[in-house]
Parts: sequence; C-alpha cells; structure tokens
Amino acid sequence: MEYRLCDLAPGQWGRVSELRGTGGMRRRLLDLGLVPGAEVRCMGRSPAGDPVAYLICGAVIAIRCTDGADVVLGEVWEDG
Amino acid sequence: MAERVIALAGNPNVGKSTVFNSLTGMRRHTGNWSGKTVDTAAGRFRRGENEYILVDLPGTYSLLTHSAEEEVARDFLGGDDPDGVVIVCDAACLGRNLNLALQVLEMAPHRPTVLCVNLMDEAETKGIKLDLDALSSALGVTVVGMSARRRGEAARLGAALDRAFAAPTDFPVPLCYAPEIESAIAARGGERWRALQHLSEDPAMVDGIVSTLHARACEIASAAVSAEGGTACGYTAADARRDRILTGRRTAYPIMLVLLFFILWLTVEGANYPSAWLGALFGRIESGLLGLMEAWGAPAWLTGVLVEGVWRTLGRVVSVMLPPMLIFFPLFTLMEDAGYLPRIAYNLDRPFRACRACGKQALCMCMGFGCNAVGVVGCRIIDSRRERLLAVLTNSFVPCNGRFPTLIALIVIFFAGNGGGAVSALLLLGLILVAVAVSFGVTWLLSHTLFRGMPSAFTLEMPPFRRPRVGRVLVSAVVDRTLFVLGRAAAVAAPAGLVIWGMANVTVGEMSLLGWGAAALEPLGRLMGMDGAILLAFILGLPANEIVLPIVLMIYTAGGSLGEVGSSAALGEILVANGWDGGRAACVLIFTLFHWPCSTTLLTVKRETGSAAMAAMAALLPTVVGVLLCIVVNVIRGSLL
Repeated sequence: MEYRLCDLAPGQWGRVSELRGTGGMRRRLLDLGLVPGAEVRCMGRSPAGDPVAYLICGAVIAIRCTDGADVVLGEVWEDG
Repeated sequence: MAERVIALAGNPNVGKSTVFNSLTGMRRHTGNWSGKTVDTAAGRFRRGENEYILVDLPGTYSLLTHSAEEEVARDFLGGDDPDGVVIVCDAACLGRNLNLALQVLEMAPHRPTVLCVNLMDEAETKGIKLDLDALSSALGVTVVGMSARRRGEAARLGAALDRAFAAPTDFPVPLCYAPEIESAIAARGGERWRALQHLSEDPAMVDGIVSTLHARACEIASAAVSAEGGTACGYTAADARRDRILTGRRTAYPIMLVLLFFILWLTVEGANYPSAWLGALFGRIESGLLGLMEAWGAPAWLTGVLVEGVWRTLGRVVSVMLPPMLIFFPLFTLMEDAGYLPRIAYNLDRPFRACRACGKQALCMCMGFGCNAVGVVGCRIIDSRRERLLAVLTNSFVPCNGRFPTLIALIVIFFAGNGGGAVSALLLLGLILVAVAVSFGVTWLLSHTLFRGMPSAFTLEMPPFRRPRVGRVLVSAVVDRTLFVLGRAAAVAAPAGLVIWGMANVTVGEMSLLGWGAAALEPLGRLMGMDGAILLAFILGLPANEIVLPIVLMIYTAGGSLGEVGSSAALGEILVANGWDGGRAACVLIFTLFHWPCSTTLLTVKRETGSAAMAAMAALLPTVVGVLLCIVVNVIRGSLL
C-alpha cells in the first residue's frame, strides 16, 4: 500500500519513501526536510480541511493537499 | 582599526532581527512569523578597535534553491563582501537549522563564523538541553548560546565574534556525499561549493545532496541535544493544544472574529478619554499662542497662518487620530509577537485559494490593518508574481491605522446611538468584514480577468507560540507609533493646514479658493451622497489618510472661530450643522474604506512592482469601487426617502 502526504490523518505519522514530481515545489519540499527517510507527522487540518499542518524535522509546516501529492510515504503508523 | 562586514544568516523566524537589534541598537521590526524580514538591512556596532557592519539577511531554509529571498541570501554569502558570518539558530529546532549552517560552512570553510544558538530560554522551558561545546567541536566554529530577547545578551555574541576573528574557523569534517556525487564534484573541479550548487540543478543528484546535508545536520544535533521526555522539538504539546482550538474546524473562525471585536472594542472605548484630554490640551495651548501673538503685535495674517492654520490642524490630527492608533497598533503587535498571524493565514488559505490567490495574502492584509505601505512591502513573502500582484493591488481595501479613527468617530457620532463602545465596536467589525469581503471579491475578479492563472504552491511555517513580551511590545509600539504619527503630522498635517488656511483666505472673485474647489466638486460629491468639501478633503488628504477628517472640519470652520474638537459630541455638532446625517455619514464611511491609498502606499506599490501602471491601478481599483458603492447607497437612500 502506498500512501501520499495528504492520506495522513491527524495523529498519524509516516516516513518519506520517495519524492516525485519536478521543479520548484519539489525543491521547496526537499528544503523543508521532506527528504527520503524523513519522518512526517500530521498535526491537524485547517478549518476548511486543506491545507494540513505537518511536523517535519522539528517544525510545523502547512502544506496544501495538491502540493503534497508527490510525497510518497511507506508505512503509516498511528499513536496508540 | 578594521572594518568587518558580517552577514547575519539563518532560517526564517529564529530571531535574526532580534539579534540584529540587540547588537546594533537599531529597531528593526520583529514578530513571530516566517518571512517577516523581506529585505536586507545593515547596521554598525563597535567593539574595541573593531568596527562591525552587520547585514541582516532574509531567512532561508537552504542556499541551494531559487526563491527570491533565498537568492538574496545566497548571492550575498557567496560574494566577497562578508568578512564573517553569524548563523542564527533556534535552540529548540537545531536539526533543521544546522542544515543551513552546514551549507554556509561548505560555502566558505575558513571564513570566521559564529554559530549563535538563539532562544535558549525558550528551549530551557521546554526541557531541551544543549551541549554547546560538542556543537562547537563538531562544526569547528565558535558557538554562543543566547536569548536575544533578553537585554544585555549582545555583548557575549560580540565577544564571540572577536574570538572568531582571532582564531579562524576550521570546518573540520567536510561532508561526505554519496560516491557518485563525490566523483561528480571531483570531475567538475574548482570550488567544492560551486560544484555542489551546480550539481544540485541535476534532478538525479539533488536528492542525494539534500539528504546528506539533512542527515548530517540531524546527526550533529542529536549528539548535542538532550531532551526531557523524548523529542527535542520546539513545537510542544501545549502548542498543539492551542492550535487545535485556534485552527479547529468549529472554533477557528469564531475566535478570529471575537479577537478582532475585542481589539476594536478596546480601541473604541479607550480612545475617548485621551482624545478629549489632548483636545483640551491643544485648545489651551492655542489660546496661549493667540495671546502671545497679540502681545508681540503680530499681523493678523501671520496669526491666522500659524495658529488657525498650522497649529489647529496639527492639534486635530494628534487629538482625534493618535489615541485610537495608539491602542489598536500595540494590541495588534501583541498578537503578532505571540505568533497568531500565521494561524490566520492558515485558516484563510482555503477561501483565498477559492479566489485563486495565496493564503499568505492574509498576512499582508493583517499588516495592512497597521499600515497599507507596510502591507504592500510584506507581499514579498508571496512567491508567485501573479499572486503577489493580487495581494499588492487589494491591500488598501482593508482600512489602515490612519483610517480607523475616522471610521470610529463617524460610527460613534452617527450610528452607535446610546449603545456605547460595544455597539460601536460591533458596527466597526461589520464594516471591516465588508472591507475584507470586498477585498476577496476584487481578488476573485482580478484573477479571473487581468491576472488569470491557477494558485501556485503554498508552504507556511507555523511557529511555536511565544509569550509576548507585553511590556516591551507595548512600550516600543506606543513610542514608535507616536513618533511616526507626530512625524507625519509635522511633515504633512502642518503644511496641509498652511495650504488650506491659505486656500480659505485667498479669495478670487466672490469666493475663497477653498470655496471654489468645494463648489467645483459639489455635483460629484452630491451624486456620491457627500458634498464638495468632503471630496476636496479626500483629495487634499492624499499624503495621509489621518488628515481627511481634520481637513473637513477645517473647511467647515474656515473663518469662524472654534474651540476644541477632542470630544466626539463637539465633532458631531459641527458635522450636523453642515448638513450631515446618517446617510451622508454612511457614504463617507464607504469612501473612507474604498478610495485611493495614501501617497506613501502608492509610491511603495510603484517601487515594489517596478511599474507606475500598477500604482495607478492600485489607486483606481478602490476608487472605482468606492464611487460606485457610494452612488448606489445614495440612490437607494433617495428612493427610500
């Protein structure tokens, strides 16, 4: 099963397995710390449901679903 | 004596501007959100023999990318100018910050460099402990921990700079990239950093380079940081709880409204007393001045120009306009300091995207409440040019600080009845919501006509909340605002008073110049539900919105004598005596919200967009909206009566 960034529900977390796409957005996501192997945790959704806030490398970053669609996660876990 | 240029680099929102201020004694605007500093600033400070020139760069996550602010930082750091670098880090978020630090060190491994680990106090309260010596030996640079928001910390950073120049940096462990990257670097030759930068353009290489940088940064950070209770993260469980409420599905929008209402209510309630007091004070000084002029035997025209022209206008601007600004602005600054502004952008991104714009436009809009010129400059945080232009052109649709006092005064006089401050604040809130709605509407219209395009990418950092430094913020906001308003009053209101007095007293034919002007504008003014005098005041008020209402009074009372107008009751009497009623006040309110922005804002638009046509459009858009709305309201009112 392959997950995308926006499949994470608040409280769930996963590890980046691959970053697809090209161009400026990809670079921006890399700079924010969404490198292969990095851990991402979904912190919450904005009132309209999108964008979504993620904890990446110690900081909380809001990303829109369409922009995060190229971030592929391996497994997804949920805190018990 | 040596003069040393020092670059101040770091991630967004780690307190670079605070460090800059504490070292140079200057007062750059600070606030708790990413991208606040959008330009570079330079300041000087001395330490013993040495003169340092500190250059504050915009915050960046990386030097390998291509956004505008990152290019500014990269070009400066990569050039020959800086003799040394101070890299500012957030102690509570070291891994992310060291990524940039490593890039800066890769760029110039032997340049004197100080790693300034800022926000140590915050990290400490979050149970995060740092081993600064370990950090220093891992990176080979001087490391100093500080809490730049506290006083007296700057000296230690200054001393660290001295040390860094005495014992040059030796970045001991060059980063080791994957074999294919290393061989590509070797094959390319030349400076290692230039090769890396070039290779990062290659889609096949960039992941490897960035991953290595991140991995090494995290490795160094985890060796230097120990945290109570697991993860060393600046964003705590308490922050998460606050965000669940402030950005929650049911709570986010109501809280925004309540906060705005609360701020407006405090402004309306609180401004009354100082206004009356200042009005009385200026009135007393005015009679003193009159006596003085008489004792000197000054000619009547001189007394007229100086006392009735310059002094009275100055007095009205200060007494009517200053108090609301002095309450609204500091309250707004407190919210900014606490970190609430990015939450507003987060909450409003979806509605903005529906208008094919960017949620960060909300940040510019918030800055616009303080000052539209500042809001326009703030639009630099938006990456896409199309979305930036949308934000620039619609910024003056939200009322700036200079227009609030007019709105408040008219609401209190004509609409609040005996309801008091709460009712006035509620009406003001409604008016602001109308302004925001119109700004959304115009954004939508523009992005479906002149600025077609789809919304671009959006990433927004949500910083941990910080306890606002209430005392410091209040004092500096009040002092800054007072100086700013008094400066503008002296530079704009006083000359305007002089010109208007002249226009009121120079007669051509039967009427004064002022009379001619007002008469010429009367038909259009009437059509818009106002009168010629009001329209003339709006035109003469181009240099500063805060002088519009004082000019209206000036025109009405030109020639006649008049006491203080500190109280809204006295103000109301003059207006009613000149034919004002609720309908006219409503039209003036609308036109106050929507007309050309002040000349400072227009010049800023021209500078920021590099186009006089854009500045013209920034003036035309709100004016067209305002004129049309006023005419509509006037026609509806006419048909009702």
